[in-house]
Amino acid sequence: MSFEITDQRIDPEALKADLRHETAGACVSFEGWVRDHNDGEPVTALEYEAHASVANKEGLQILTEAVERFDLLAASGRHRVGRLEIGECAVWVGVSAAHRGAAFDACRYIIDQLKQRVPIWKKEYYRDGLSGWINCVTGTPFKARDTTS
Amino acid sequence: MIDVTAQYFAVFREQAGRNLETLTTSAATAEELYAEVSAKHGFADSVARCKVAINDELAAWTAPLAEGDVVLFFPPVAGG
Repeated sequence: MSFEITDQRIDPEALKADLRHETAGACVSFEGWVRDHNDGEPVTALEYEAHASVANKEGLQILTEAVERFDLLAASGRHRVGRLEIGECAVWVGVSAAHRGAAFDACRYIIDQLKQRVPIWKKEYYRDGLSGWINCVTGTPFKARDTTS
Repeated sequence: MIDVTAQYFAVFREQAGRNLETLTTSAATAEELYAEVSAKHGFADSVARCKVAINDELAAWTAPLAEGDVVLFFPPVAGG
C-alpha cells in the first residue's frame, strides 16, 4: 500500500505490478488525465500544487480505509504536482481484490475521497491568457466551480 | 495574546502575497485566526470549504491554538 505526491511522470503499467497477488481475481485502476477544456473554457495546461507531507498521510489514510472496508489485497495511489500538459496523467489509483465488485467500489471510493480530502490544488491556464484556481472563490474572476474528471 | 505562524497555499499564498507570516493574535481557535487573516488578505472562501492543519496535522476548525503553533490554511482542494 503506497500513496505518493510526485513531480515525476506517472507510469500506470509499472504501478500495476505492485498490485499483483496470487489470491487476486480482479484489478481495477483509474487514471485522471488533463483535458483541454473545463466548463466551456479551452484549457492549455494545468498546474498542481500540494502540501506533500499532509497529502501523503491523508492519501495513505484513504487507502487504509478502503482496504478495510472493501477487503482489498492491495491499493496504491499517485498524484502529480507541477505543470502538466494536455493528455498527461495527473492522478492514478489502483486496487486488487478477490472479486471485481469490491475492486470497482474501492477504486471509486479512493478517487472520490482523494478529490475531497487531500490537500492538492489545481490551477488552470486558459487560451485567452487568464488562469484560475479550481473550486476557489478567493482571487479569481470566475465563480467557484466544481470539476469532475 | 499568543504568537503563531500562519502559512498559506495556492490561491491563499497568491492573494496574501507571501508564504507565511508571524501573527500576534487573540484568536483562541483556528477558525478565529482564519477570520482574522481572511479579513486582512481578502480570502473569500468559507471555512466549510477550506481545511486547516496545525503543525502539519489536519485539524478541526474548532481546534485551540497555542503559543508557537504553525497554522496551515488550505483553500478548497481540487485534486484529480
